[in-house]
Amino acid sequence: MLENVNFLLIREIISSVFIIIGVMFMLIATIGLLRFPDFYIRMSAITKGATLGLGLILTGMGIYFNEPDMFLKVALIISFTFITSPVAAHVIGRTAVRNKIPFWPKTNLDEFKGYLRKDHMTRNHQKEEKEQKP
Amino acid sequence: MKTFFVHLLIALISSYVYFKYGDPIFPYNAIWAVVVWSAIMVVLWLTTPLYHKSYFRKLPKAIAFVAYFLKELVVANLKVAYDILTPHYRLQPTVVALPLSVTTDFEITVLAGIITLTPGTLSIDVSSDKKILYVHSLYLKHNDAEQLKQSLKQGFERRLMELTA
Repeated sequence: MLENVNFLLIREIISSVFIIIGVMFMLIATIGLLRFPDFYIRMSAITKGATLGLGLILTGMGIYFNEPDMFLKVALIISFTFITSPVAAHVIGRTAVRNKIPFWPKTNLDEFKGYLRKDHMTRNHQKEEKEQKP
Repeated sequence: MKTFFVHLLIALISSYVYFKYGDPIFPYNAIWAVVVWSAIMVVLWLTTPLYHKSYFRKLPKAIAFVAYFLKELVVANLKVAYDILTPHYRLQPTVVALPLSVTTDFEITVLAGIITLTPGTLSIDVSSDKKILYVHSLYLKHNDAEQLKQSLKQGFERRLMELTA
Protein backbone atom coordinates (compact mmCIF):
# COMPACT_ATOMS: atom_id res chain seq x y z
CA MET A 1 0.00 0.00 0.00
CA LEU A 2 2.64 2.49 1.07
CA GLU A 3 4.88 1.70 -1.89
CA ASN A 4 2.34 3.07 -4.33
CA VAL A 5 2.18 6.51 -2.74
CA ASN A 6 4.28 9.19 -4.40
CA PHE A 7 5.74 10.95 -1.35
CA LEU A 8 7.57 13.54 -3.40
CA LEU A 9 4.31 14.65 -4.98
CA ILE A 10 2.56 14.90 -1.60
CA ARG A 11 5.46 16.89 -0.16
CA GLU A 12 5.44 19.21 -3.14
CA ILE A 13 1.71 19.83 -2.83
CA ILE A 14 1.91 20.54 0.92
CA SER A 15 4.86 22.90 0.56
CA SER A 16 3.23 24.69 -2.38
CA VAL A 17 0.11 25.30 -0.32
CA PHE A 18 2.19 26.78 2.51
CA ILE A 19 4.20 28.98 0.14
CA ILE A 20 1.14 30.22 -1.75
CA ILE A 21 -0.66 31.15 1.48
CA GLY A 22 2.47 32.97 2.70
CA VAL A 23 2.86 34.88 -0.54
CA MET A 24 -0.83 35.84 -0.44
CA PHE A 25 -0.39 37.28 3.06
CA MET A 26 2.63 39.28 1.93
CA LEU A 27 0.83 40.54 -1.18
CA ILE A 28 -2.18 41.64 0.86
CA ALA A 29 0.07 43.39 3.37
CA THR A 30 1.78 45.25 0.52
CA ILE A 31 -1.56 46.35 -0.93
CA GLY A 32 -2.44 47.56 2.57
CA LEU A 33 0.82 49.51 2.70
CA LEU A 34 -0.26 51.38 -0.42
CA ARG A 35 -3.92 51.81 0.53
CA PHE A 36 -4.11 52.68 4.19
CA PRO A 37 -4.53 56.31 5.21
CA ASP A 38 -1.75 57.03 7.71
CA PHE A 39 1.68 55.95 8.83
CA TYR A 40 0.73 54.01 11.95
CA ILE A 41 -1.98 51.94 10.27
CA ARG A 42 0.43 51.12 7.47
CA MET A 43 3.03 50.04 10.00
CA SER A 44 0.62 47.67 11.67
CA ALA A 45 -0.46 46.24 8.32
CA ILE A 46 3.03 45.56 6.96
CA THR A 47 4.76 44.11 10.05
CA LYS A 48 2.35 41.29 10.70
CA GLY A 49 1.70 40.38 7.11
CA ALA A 50 5.40 40.16 6.37
CA THR A 51 6.18 38.17 9.53
CA LEU A 52 3.42 35.61 9.07
CA GLY A 53 4.10 35.38 5.34
CA LEU A 54 7.80 34.77 5.88
CA GLY A 55 7.06 32.11 8.49
CA LEU A 56 4.73 30.25 6.15
CA ILE A 57 7.08 30.48 3.15
CA LEU A 58 10.02 29.17 5.18
CA THR A 59 7.92 26.32 6.59
CA GLY A 60 6.96 25.34 3.05
CA MET A 61 10.61 25.42 2.05
CA GLY A 62 11.63 23.24 5.00
CA ILE A 63 8.98 20.68 4.09
CA TYR A 64 10.03 20.66 0.44
CA PHE A 65 13.76 20.07 1.00
CA ASN A 66 13.06 17.42 3.64
CA GLU A 67 16.44 17.41 5.38
CA PRO A 68 17.27 17.78 9.09
CA ASP A 69 19.76 20.57 8.32
CA MET A 70 17.20 22.61 6.42
CA PHE A 71 14.50 22.16 9.04
CA LEU A 72 16.83 23.29 11.84
CA LYS A 73 17.84 26.39 9.89
CA VAL A 74 14.23 27.21 9.06
CA ALA A 75 13.21 26.89 12.71
CA LEU A 76 16.05 29.22 13.74
CA ILE A 77 15.20 31.84 11.10
CA ILE A 78 11.51 31.82 12.05
CA SER A 79 12.19 32.21 15.75
CA PHE A 80 14.64 35.06 15.22
CA THR A 81 12.23 36.87 12.87
CA PHE A 82 9.45 36.56 15.42
CA ILE A 83 11.71 38.02 18.10
CA THR A 84 13.17 40.91 16.09
CA SER A 85 10.43 42.18 13.80
CA PRO A 86 8.08 43.54 16.54
CA VAL A 87 11.04 45.33 18.11
CA ALA A 88 11.77 47.06 14.80
CA ALA A 89 8.09 48.01 14.38
CA HIS A 90 7.93 49.33 17.93
CA VAL A 91 11.04 51.50 17.46
CA ILE A 92 9.83 52.89 14.13
CA GLY A 93 6.41 53.73 15.60
CA ARG A 94 7.96 55.41 18.62
CA THR A 95 10.29 57.48 16.44
CA ALA A 96 7.30 58.54 14.35
CA VAL A 97 5.45 59.76 17.43
CA ARG A 98 8.51 61.65 18.63
CA ASN A 99 8.91 63.29 15.22
CA LYS A 100 5.23 64.34 15.31
CA ILE A 101 4.11 62.38 12.27
CA PRO A 102 0.38 63.23 12.09
CA PHE A 103 -2.31 60.65 12.91
CA TRP A 104 -5.29 59.98 10.66
CA PRO A 105 -7.94 62.63 11.52
CA LYS A 106 -10.46 59.94 12.54
CA THR A 107 -8.06 58.50 15.12
CA ASN A 108 -9.33 58.66 18.69
CA LEU A 109 -6.47 60.21 20.64
CA ASP A 110 -8.25 60.90 23.94
CA GLU A 111 -5.96 58.81 26.12
CA PHE A 112 -2.83 59.81 24.23
CA LYS A 113 -3.13 63.57 24.55
CA GLY A 114 -1.72 63.55 28.06
CA TYR A 115 1.34 61.68 26.85
CA LEU A 116 1.87 63.97 23.87
CA ARG A 117 1.58 67.12 25.95
CA LYS A 118 3.74 65.84 28.79
CA ASP A 119 6.38 64.45 26.47
CA HIS A 120 6.66 67.60 24.43
CA MET A 121 6.71 69.73 27.56
CA THR A 122 9.57 67.74 29.06
CA ARG A 123 11.49 67.94 25.82
CA ASN A 124 11.03 71.69 25.63
CA HIS A 125 11.98 71.93 29.26
CA GLN A 126 15.22 70.03 28.66
CA LYS A 127 15.97 72.25 25.69
CA GLU A 128 15.50 75.35 27.82
CA GLU A 129 17.78 73.94 30.48
CA LYS A 130 20.46 73.24 27.91
CA GLU A 131 20.12 76.74 26.54
CA GLN A 132 20.38 78.25 29.99
CA LYS A 133 23.48 76.30 30.99
CA PRO A 134 26.13 77.86 28.73
CA MET B 1 12.78 29.56 31.92
CA LYS B 2 16.38 28.39 32.11
CA THR B 3 15.25 24.77 32.37
CA PHE B 4 13.08 25.25 29.31
CA PHE B 5 15.95 26.52 27.18
CA VAL B 6 18.23 23.72 28.33
CA HIS B 7 15.55 21.15 27.48
CA LEU B 8 14.88 22.85 24.14
CA LEU B 9 18.57 22.65 23.23
CA ILE B 10 18.85 19.03 24.32
CA ALA B 11 15.75 18.04 22.35
CA LEU B 12 16.81 19.96 19.22
CA ILE B 13 20.34 18.59 19.20
CA SER B 14 19.37 15.01 19.99
CA SER B 15 16.57 14.85 17.41
CA TYR B 16 18.91 16.43 14.85
CA VAL B 17 21.66 13.94 15.58
CA TYR B 18 19.16 11.08 15.55
CA PHE B 19 17.93 11.90 12.06
CA LYS B 20 21.29 12.94 10.65
CA TYR B 21 23.64 10.25 11.98
CA GLY B 22 21.41 7.66 13.64
CA ASP B 23 19.48 4.91 11.96
CA PRO B 24 15.90 6.24 12.04
CA ILE B 25 13.08 3.74 11.91
CA PHE B 26 10.84 6.40 10.37
CA PRO B 27 11.49 8.04 6.99
CA TYR B 28 12.63 11.60 7.57
CA ASN B 29 10.03 14.30 7.05
CA ALA B 30 8.78 17.35 8.89
CA ILE B 31 6.00 15.53 10.73
CA TRP B 32 8.29 12.84 12.15
CA ALA B 33 10.90 15.45 13.05
CA VAL B 34 8.33 17.37 15.10
CA VAL B 35 6.99 14.13 16.64
CA VAL B 36 10.43 12.96 17.76
CA TRP B 37 11.31 16.41 19.04
CA SER B 38 8.14 16.65 21.10
CA ALA B 39 8.58 13.10 22.40
CA ILE B 40 12.00 14.05 23.75
CA MET B 41 10.54 17.23 25.27
CA VAL B 42 7.79 15.20 26.97
CA VAL B 43 10.28 12.70 28.40
CA LEU B 44 12.39 15.55 29.76
CA TRP B 45 9.24 17.22 31.09
CA LEU B 46 8.27 14.06 32.99
CA THR B 47 11.59 14.10 34.80
CA THR B 48 11.19 17.68 36.04
CA PRO B 49 9.19 17.05 39.25
CA LEU B 50 12.44 15.72 40.68
CA TYR B 51 14.33 19.01 40.48
CA HIS B 52 12.11 21.84 39.19
CA LYS B 53 8.53 21.54 40.39
CA SER B 54 7.09 24.76 38.95
CA TYR B 55 8.28 23.92 35.43
CA PHE B 56 6.10 20.81 35.56
CA ARG B 57 3.03 22.98 36.08
CA LYS B 58 4.00 25.76 33.71
CA LEU B 59 4.79 23.94 30.47
CA PRO B 60 1.15 23.09 29.59
CA LYS B 61 0.24 26.72 30.23
CA ALA B 62 3.09 27.86 28.01
CA ILE B 63 1.88 25.62 25.20
CA ALA B 64 -1.66 26.95 25.62
CA PHE B 65 -0.24 30.49 25.50
CA VAL B 66 1.65 29.84 22.26
CA ALA B 67 -1.40 28.18 20.70
CA TYR B 68 -3.60 31.11 21.70
CA PHE B 69 -1.04 33.54 20.27
CA LEU B 70 -0.85 31.71 16.92
CA LYS B 71 -4.65 31.58 16.71
CA GLU B 72 -4.87 35.33 17.37
CA LEU B 73 -2.12 35.95 14.80
CA VAL B 74 -3.95 34.13 12.01
CA VAL B 75 -7.48 35.31 12.86
CA ALA B 76 -6.50 38.95 13.15
CA ASN B 77 -4.38 38.78 9.98
CA LEU B 78 -7.44 37.56 8.11
CA LYS B 79 -9.45 40.45 9.58
CA VAL B 80 -6.93 43.03 8.36
CA ALA B 81 -6.71 41.26 4.99
CA TYR B 82 -10.48 41.52 4.62
CA ASP B 83 -10.31 45.21 5.37
CA ILE B 84 -7.55 45.75 2.83
CA LEU B 85 -9.36 43.95 0.04
CA THR B 86 -12.80 45.51 0.46
CA PRO B 87 -13.31 49.07 -0.74
CA HIS B 88 -14.64 50.65 2.46
CA TYR B 89 -12.61 51.08 5.62
CA ARG B 90 -14.14 49.74 8.80
CA LEU B 91 -11.25 51.21 10.73
CA GLN B 92 -11.68 53.12 13.97
CA PRO B 93 -8.08 53.74 15.05
CA THR B 94 -7.51 54.55 18.67
CA VAL B 95 -4.58 55.01 20.99
CA VAL B 96 -5.31 53.46 24.37
CA ALA B 97 -3.25 53.72 27.53
CA LEU B 98 -2.94 50.16 28.83
CA PRO B 99 -2.09 50.10 32.54
CA LEU B 100 0.55 47.42 33.11
CA SER B 101 0.39 44.86 35.88
CA VAL B 102 3.67 43.23 34.79
CA THR B 103 6.73 44.85 36.29
CA THR B 104 10.03 43.48 35.03
CA ASP B 105 11.71 44.64 31.83
CA PHE B 106 11.60 41.16 30.33
CA GLU B 107 7.85 40.80 30.78
CA ILE B 108 7.18 44.27 29.37
CA THR B 109 9.36 43.50 26.34
CA VAL B 110 7.56 40.23 25.65
CA LEU B 111 4.14 41.80 26.13
CA ALA B 112 4.95 44.72 23.81
CA GLY B 113 6.33 42.34 21.21
CA ILE B 114 3.27 40.12 21.32
CA ILE B 115 0.93 43.10 21.10
CA THR B 116 2.83 44.39 18.08
CA LEU B 117 2.74 41.01 16.37
CA THR B 118 -1.02 40.65 16.80
CA PRO B 119 -2.41 42.51 13.81
CA GLY B 120 -4.58 45.48 14.52
CA THR B 121 -2.50 46.56 17.47
CA LEU B 122 0.87 48.33 17.57
CA SER B 123 2.59 49.22 20.81
CA ILE B 124 3.93 52.74 20.51
CA ASP B 125 5.64 53.65 23.74
CA VAL B 126 6.09 52.79 27.40
CA SER B 127 5.73 55.62 29.86
CA SER B 128 8.93 56.50 31.68
CA ASP B 129 7.79 54.98 34.98
CA LYS B 130 6.98 51.66 33.23
CA LYS B 131 3.34 51.78 34.33
CA ILE B 132 1.53 52.49 31.07
CA LEU B 133 1.89 50.97 27.61
CA TYR B 134 0.47 53.05 24.78
CA VAL B 135 -1.16 50.82 22.18
CA HIS B 136 -2.36 51.92 18.76
CA SER B 137 -5.33 49.79 17.76
CA LEU B 138 -7.14 49.65 14.44
CA TYR B 139 -10.52 48.37 15.58
CA LEU B 140 -12.58 49.71 18.43
CA LYS B 141 -15.98 48.13 18.90
CA HIS B 142 -18.78 50.51 19.93
CA ASN B 143 -16.26 53.18 20.99
CA ASP B 144 -15.49 51.13 24.08
CA ALA B 145 -11.83 51.51 25.02
CA GLU B 146 -12.33 49.65 28.30
CA GLN B 147 -13.41 46.50 26.49
CA LEU B 148 -10.28 46.52 24.33
CA LYS B 149 -8.05 47.03 27.37
CA GLN B 150 -9.78 44.20 29.21
CA SER B 151 -9.39 41.84 26.26
CA LEU B 152 -5.68 42.65 26.01
CA LYS B 153 -5.19 42.28 29.75
CA GLN B 154 -7.19 39.08 30.08
CA GLY B 155 -5.85 37.57 26.88
CA PHE B 156 -2.13 38.15 27.01
CA GLU B 157 -1.06 39.80 30.25
CA ARG B 158 -2.77 37.36 32.60
CA ARG B 159 -1.34 34.33 30.80
CA LEU B 160 2.11 35.90 30.71
CA MET B 161 1.99 36.64 34.45
CA GLU B 162 0.97 33.06 35.20
CA LEU B 163 4.05 31.92 33.32
CA THR B 164 6.62 34.22 34.87
CA ALA B 165 5.22 34.44 38.40
